[in-house]
Amino acid sequence: MADNKFAAYICSGCGIGDAMKVPQLEAIAKKEGKMAVVKSHPFLCNAEGVQMIKDDIANEAVTHVCIAACSRRAKTEAFQFDGVAMSRANLREGVLWVVAAGKDHDEVRQEMAADYIRMGCAEVKKMTQPAGNVKESSSKRILVVGGGMSGMTAALEIAEAGYEAVLVEKTGALGGMAAKLWKRQPFKTPYSAPQEVDAGETAARVAANPKIKLYLNSTIAETSGAPGRFVVKVAQESGAVTDETVGAIVQATGFTTYDTAKLPELGGGQPNVVDQAGLEAMAKAANGGAIKRADGKEVKSVVFVQCAGQRDDTGAHLSYCSGHCCGTSIKQATYFKDQNPDVDTVIMYQDLRVPGMGEDFYRSAQERGVIFTKGKASRVAGGDTCSVTFKDLILDDENTIAADLVVLATGQVPNAGVDLEAWNPVVTAAEGGDEAAKAQRIVMHGSSVLKLNYRQGPDMPQFKHGFADSHFICFPYETRRTGIYAAGPVRRPMDMLQATDDATGAALKAIQAVENAALGRAAHPRSGDLSFPKARLEGCTQCKRCTVECPFGAIDEDEKRFPVFNEERCRRCGTCMGACPVRVISFENYSVDTVGSQVKAIEVPEEDEEKPRILVLACENDAYPALDMAGLARLNYSAFVRVIPVRCLGSVNTIWITDALNSGYDGVMMMGCKKGDEYQCHFVKGSELAHYRMSKIGDTLKQMGLEPERVVTQEVAITDNARVVKLINDYVAELDKLGPSPMKGFG
Amino acid sequence: MSTANQAAVERYRNNFLKEVEANVEEGHMVKMCMQCGVCAGSCPLGPHWEHSPQKIFMMIRAGKRDEVLGSDSMFMCTSCYNCIVRCPRQLPITHIMHGLANYAHRLGIAPKGQPTREFATLFWNNLTKKGRVNELTLTLRHYFRGGLVSGIKEALAMQGVGLGLLKAKRLNPMEIFGGHGVKDLKGFHAIIAKAKEIEDRKKGFTA
Repeated sequence: MADNKFAAYICSGCGIGDAMKVPQLEAIAKKEGKMAVVKSHPFLCNAEGVQMIKDDIANEAVTHVCIAACSRRAKTEAFQFDGVAMSRANLREGVLWVVAAGKDHDEVRQEMAADYIRMGCAEVKKMTQPAGNVKESSSKRILVVGGGMSGMTAALEIAEAGYEAVLVEKTGALGGMAAKLWKRQPFKTPYSAPQEVDAGETAARVAANPKIKLYLNSTIAETSGAPGRFVVKVAQESGAVTDETVGAIVQATGFTTYDTAKLPELGGGQPNVVDQAGLEAMAKAANGGAIKRADGKEVKSVVFVQCAGQRDDTGAHLSYCSGHCCGTSIKQATYFKDQNPDVDTVIMYQDLRVPGMGEDFYRSAQERGVIFTKGKASRVAGGDTCSVTFKDLILDDENTIAADLVVLATGQVPNAGVDLEAWNPVVTAAEGGDEAAKAQRIVMHGSSVLKLNYRQGPDMPQFKHGFADSHFICFPYETRRTGIYAAGPVRRPMDMLQATDDATGAALKAIQAVENAALGRAAHPRSGDLSFPKARLEGCTQCKRCTVECPFGAIDEDEKRFPVFNEERCRRCGTCMGACPVRVISFENYSVDTVGSQVKAIEVPEEDEEKPRILVLACENDAYPALDMAGLARLNYSAFVRVIPVRCLGSVNTIWITDALNSGYDGVMMMGCKKGDEYQCHFVKGSELAHYRMSKIGDTLKQMGLEPERVVTQEVAITDNARVVKLINDYVAELDKLGPSPMKGFG
Repeated sequence: MSTANQAAVERYRNNFLKEVEANVEEGHMVKMCMQCGVCAGSCPLGPHWEHSPQKIFMMIRAGKRDEVLGSDSMFMCTSCYNCIVRCPRQLPITHIMHGLANYAHRLGIAPKGQPTREFATLFWNNLTKKGRVNELTLTLRHYFRGGLVSGIKEALAMQGVGLGLLKAKRLNPMEIFGGHGVKDLKGFHAIIAKAKEIEDRKKGFTA
């Protein structure tokens, strides 16, 4: 530490120098911040200002820099100094632009700026520049699980980008569901006729590609490790097990069609009632000729029943729309019409949905004379002459149509492996000695796709309706298992065109993951971050909170139940740091100390000065940009708040809250992302965990003799710039009514 | 049931859509309707129709021949063209409505006493007689369509207008004796007869 040299640079540009007394700020940085070098500049981000800092780093051996200028989100390219730890005091967006203009506010503005200088200096003193952890032997091969259209596409994209792929397919042939189709929905202009599937041709390209290692009739027996060093045991039909070392995994395990046996009222299982896959088989058998039923009779009339066992609100069947089935039925109706225009084809729909360019295809089917009837089928009877009883939703009457064949448009059921929500209680029971649970655990583990040996379960978490994980709102390919990407219908219902696009996206994400892992850098969303959590295990109480709460399953446990951090799996959100009750987890540049010292650095005015202090811990992903945006829009908020950005609300350790309240702050406001099913949290669970933890803070406050209103948690979106201002101002007014904190003067 | 109607039923059996496509003006566009309901929502006379255009298209596809052709809905269309302008599928809805009304009329199964149908018939007969509209006889026939008493009442109610027109020499009372026609009336009648023959052939009304 002897070699550390701290420097503070204060910018007086953008009007900072006019509104604030910069010499006084310099004095504070020198005296209170204990900075060895303190300089100000009228235009710090220009070439001259940046050169001044660079010269100090080169000539004065400055190792730690506090830049007091604009927000840490601005001028990031100018203020980038390799090998130097840096903090940013936000004088522009955080003070100048949000504190009301005019002489009346000079005093509070100056106090706010002074506190941000104190905080910036305190933070940088606790920081270490992360060195990163470059792995010499990191693997850049990518495993693709599933040999359907998505899996084959992913493997080919990986190979074409110059990486090696390992493709594992459960059955004896590539192609999956695509190979069973007669034709596919049009994906090229003019979108008016079904196109060839070419699954066989794609499979041949996969088989012939020297960069793709192919395992047929094989499953995964175990996956261990982390990005850059996954070891996958591939179990082959012969009983042989091969170890494959890969850097990332693409899971493209696709879907199974919904079982028509579950739809007896719609004729499931009765003669001449088939699902869409059944019709594809008939069309393949007909090979362009007249489509014949199982009994050999040529089909002269056919009714397609859409949403069979889908979009069901009774809870008995699938509740979602599978997206592709309207287009698929249109395609199948054209099989009949193109062969013989006199075949009566009726598509019975409730809401016709044809994503992509499907509208053109829909129109082309109408031109062919396919009849579209808006109706809900209530009963289907199979037999030599099938009948469909339905309610016509336009004419509002009950009707029956007769047909030679009825096709049920059933949905996609994802092959996503074990549902961790069901897995965890079974494991807990099994660990408690429950024999039935032990047996169930073995069965469940057998149904797993990836068989991860992670502490948090053998597959990736499922999102909704059993589909594999996806950060649906911001980063659809991202899952909560770093380096493992879901692609195709396993992730959400989709058609073949979407699946191939999806597979390409996932392949590119996997390539990013192996490259990042090799450089010791974080994957999305803190892409490029070199820091990773370190734990002082001698202080650890083996409480397991970090291993349970890590949203990404990055932390395993050793035999003694100490946490084992897999840094390549870590996304650097700091949720473990927020969870740790004994505060032994920290990052080099983000720790309990870097934030805690900022909390304690500010000057809390005496009670009679009537200047409350409110700590705002703002998520750096959404809330902090929203606050910056408020500054950009020149919206004013109270100059009594002190904002500290945090990596995620999940990283907030309750010690910061108690420290703040003990120091005499009047209130603490946390701003995180939206939680719950419609979450917007970049780290998926961080905001939710923070809300949960804060709901338990009441007891602590009571012990301190404080009102529960002194700590509040808010959900904000990145677009909420006007709302964050209102939240702050309302909270300040509320605290004003509550009166000053009784803790003042004791800190 | 008229013979033409019987023949049509015989020929198309349950496939009313095909019948409409073959015989109704712009009938081939009926299948392109996507049931969005914009026409129904756009029609200024919407509340007065028994079946909106959207429903009529659905009924055609559902094979409801008698309900469609016996309906007075198509006669409610005032040709404002709102539906045509708004239809996302560019169906010429107004034309189809007139086409359906015309088809039902010619089959003889359009509703009896439907005012639009009656006036249109009156107008056509008046026009084709001399090649010109005889306003006096047209008006009088219209007033007396419901009988002598209501005719006299209606005529008296309008006498002020009539006298005004007379004074301004816009109404010639002598027209009541047949009125004047176009030049070459015989030739005009031949044109109309030929046009009818062509249309009948096109729409399958020839015996």
